[in-house]
Amino acid sequence: MSEAAGAMTVGPGLEPEIDSELDASRRKFLTAATGAVAAIGVGFAVVPFVESWNPSERALALGAPVEVDLSKMELGQLITSTWREQVIYIVRRPKGLVAALSKNDATLKDPGSAESTQPAYARNEMRSRTAEFLVMIGYCTHLGCLPKAFFDPGDPVLGAAWPGGFRCPCHGSRYDMAGRVFDGSPAPTNLVVPPYSYRNPTTLVIGSDSGSTQGAA
Amino acid sequence: MGKLVTLVLVPVLALVPVLALPQPSHAAETPGASAIAPVDWQSWHADNDVSDRASLQRGARNFMNYCEGCHALKYMRYQRIGTDLKIPTAVLQANLVPPGSTVLDYVTSPMPSTDAVTWFGKVPPDLSYMARYMGTDFIYRYLKTFYQDPSSATGSNNLADPNVAMPDVLSDLEGVKQAVYRTVKQPDGQTQQVFDHFATISPGNMTPEQFDQFVRDTVNFLDYVGDPAQEQRRSMGIWVVLFLLVLTGIAWLLKREYWKDVH
Amino acid sequence: MVDGALPKAGDGTVASKGGFWGWLNKRFPAESFVRSQLLEYYAPKNFNFWYFFGFIAIVVLVIQLVSGIFLTMFYKVGAATAFDSVAYIMREVDYGWLIRYIHSTGASLFFAVIYLHMYRGMLYGSYKAPRELLWLFGMVIYLALMAEAFMGYVLPWGNMSYWAAQVIINLFGTIPVIGGGLVQWIRGDYGVSDATLNRFFALHVVAIPLILLLLVVLHLVALRQVGSNNPDGVEIKAHKDAKGKPLDGIPFHPYYTVKDLVGICAFLTIFALIVFYLPTFGGLFMEGANFTPADPVSTPPEITPSWYFTPYYAILRAVPNKTVGALLLLIAVLAYFFLPWLDRSPVKSIRYRGWVFKTFFGLFTVSFLSLMYLGMQPAQGIYVVLSRIMAVPYFAFFLLMPFYSRIDPVKPVPERVTFHG
Repeated sequence: MSEAAGAMTVGPGLEPEIDSELDASRRKFLTAATGAVAAIGVGFAVVPFVESWNPSERALALGAPVEVDLSKMELGQLITSTWREQVIYIVRRPKGLVAALSKNDATLKDPGSAESTQPAYARNEMRSRTAEFLVMIGYCTHLGCLPKAFFDPGDPVLGAAWPGGFRCPCHGSRYDMAGRVFDGSPAPTNLVVPPYSYRNPTTLVIGSDSGSTQGAA
Repeated sequence: MGKLVTLVLVPVLALVPVLALPQPSHAAETPGASAIAPVDWQSWHADNDVSDRASLQRGARNFMNYCEGCHALKYMRYQRIGTDLKIPTAVLQANLVPPGSTVLDYVTSPMPSTDAVTWFGKVPPDLSYMARYMGTDFIYRYLKTFYQDPSSATGSNNLADPNVAMPDVLSDLEGVKQAVYRTVKQPDGQTQQVFDHFATISPGNMTPEQFDQFVRDTVNFLDYVGDPAQEQRRSMGIWVVLFLLVLTGIAWLLKREYWKDVH
Repeated sequence: MVDGALPKAGDGTVASKGGFWGWLNKRFPAESFVRSQLLEYYAPKNFNFWYFFGFIAIVVLVIQLVSGIFLTMFYKVGAATAFDSVAYIMREVDYGWLIRYIHSTGASLFFAVIYLHMYRGMLYGSYKAPRELLWLFGMVIYLALMAEAFMGYVLPWGNMSYWAAQVIINLFGTIPVIGGGLVQWIRGDYGVSDATLNRFFALHVVAIPLILLLLVVLHLVALRQVGSNNPDGVEIKAHKDAKGKPLDGIPFHPYYTVKDLVGICAFLTIFALIVFYLPTFGGLFMEGANFTPADPVSTPPEITPSWYFTPYYAILRAVPNKTVGALLLLIAVLAYFFLPWLDRSPVKSIRYRGWVFKTFFGLFTVSFLSLMYLGMQPAQGIYVVLSRIMAVPYFAFFLLMPFYSRIDPVKPVPERVTFHG
């Protein structure tokens, strides 16, 4: 390496002049090795920050299963509850309306709930574990408004052929008494059914399949 | 000169944190240099080990049975205690979670605060951070230096926290003891009463060794409660530091290689 | 080149290259920036250990910004919620404890790094012409950092947070005439309260970080303009080769990028050791007294500020008069601003100063460290006496400098740097 006393023989380019190929490959190797290890380090360092955005223990605890007492519900009544920040509709359906559900199949977008979201035990015509109670997440699958209850067949507003169900006030989507969406509605799929179970015949546990609040679904 | 300054400065700077470590607690009541107390309670240490899970489990049981009646741990959930201490949920629910609470709830105390003020003069403090606030040594000394004091409202007093509002709640375990003083002459001729030792008035259900273990387990539990993530932190730290040492080593090799150019 | 026309391919300029880099460089001085700041910026080749801390300080600033932003996502400002929200972060947010410890450790290490960085400036006369403005920008950064740290410490709203705010804000009450009104204006209330906490939050999270970033940019621009000093205090621009490069200089990249990387990794190792094994650092970085909520009716038995403030705190408490104590504290902090003009020595670096300067400087160093220790002790007895004694060499270092720096028997300064490869 030619040099004036104390001077650097470094050209103005990006790579300094080096005097052997061994040096060059060693430098490349060490640079690559350092870069790789540093990149791994950065990757690990990012993890805690990303993980911190996960629901915290408090959010998880607040999202725990919720118990609802059904003993005071009347036939044809809709009550709401909240689970994981979401409005839950619970309907006590008269037997007659449940029996009539199959008549709607021809006018439904997804009568078999093939495209819709529900646990396995709710993938049936009544979209629930038992005929008596319907449990659904109350947001219209179009853009999220809360549909209103129109449980009486032949409702004056909705027409004589109305079998009973829900109608969303925002854009007019209609659902039957099992939360299944009618043709002609802007909503694409049936109302979502959350995981739920019964601790006993009159106590509903939303968010758990095991009948207790200790295990989340 | 720069090298000399560096050689002197680095050790001196390293000493600063050592020199600045907190002084031993200044217990206002017990006098200092002139007294020679055979029972030097102020030098007692908790010596607890938060990695001793069995001890933490006993401490959790102790706390729920003897402390939770008045003191809450409002930042701790039962479920977290169960997870960290490896207590199965069913056992947790049956033994540690009071009726009416679930494992997801925070550890609250049934003591009504207005009644507490009437009975004790103050609300029993929440103990979530007590181990970090006053230290485990203090809590250990505190729980072991209750003594009978007919002149106080609770009938007892405490060496580590004189005139404390808390009664001697562990007396059925430890027994009731009396503080014995001796007279010490000061250099200026005045006499002073200095704590000498404890004398047992009536024994409790536990032997002194059993009670000591009881206190140590409870203090250990409170240490865990003060910083529940500490075990995870220490076990993670090993990997982080090792990784960084490796990275420093590789970076140094890289630096040395490039600096061969510089003369 | 016709206005608006792009350079033709093959005319040799960067902008004529193809690909993304060429597209970018037609519109943004990316390559010229990299060239001028890294490849063609020549730094003295004799940098030693003391020269790591500037770059490490930038890294710590970034660490504090990132960890601080994430803390803000979970922290709830307000006298009723702040303490609980910090407990929430420590116990319930995934890795919240890690983010918090990173931030608290970073705050203390920021000061350790900055003190070492400033000390380097004093060792080698880096504040002397033409670097006075560089030094002044740095000093303003120091002041902003002290304000940032103080306000940050108040945010957890522990009992020490509350009473530290009380004491420090009351210092402003010593200003004659306007003191009382000023204190109330700062607090926003009749006592330190929710109003105070809220505005400290806004300043700590938004205003002062922006100011710090601006000041760091100004500091770096000033550095770029005059070039770095070095442990011999020799101006490397005085001796250049035929191409105009300083003979004693080396391109910042790759030599100092690669060397600073080692420094950063070693620093991060120490950082990690503290975060994972000693986050409270024996009570120095996080005091036990702050693990209990703010209580306006109960003062902690001993109020001391964090270790990085204690030298000035010791000076404040050394004087029984409140106003004089506050004034001396102010002088103690501001004295550094005047160093470029107090120092009349013809040499920059301690390597070539005489025994007179070295004595004063050594005593200053001892006094600063002693005052740091004494400021942590109770304000009574021997500690006050020693504080008074130790304040003397501290102030003497600055006040007498115009005299002793002139009579100091200096050694001849070499023409070229001393470098032992």
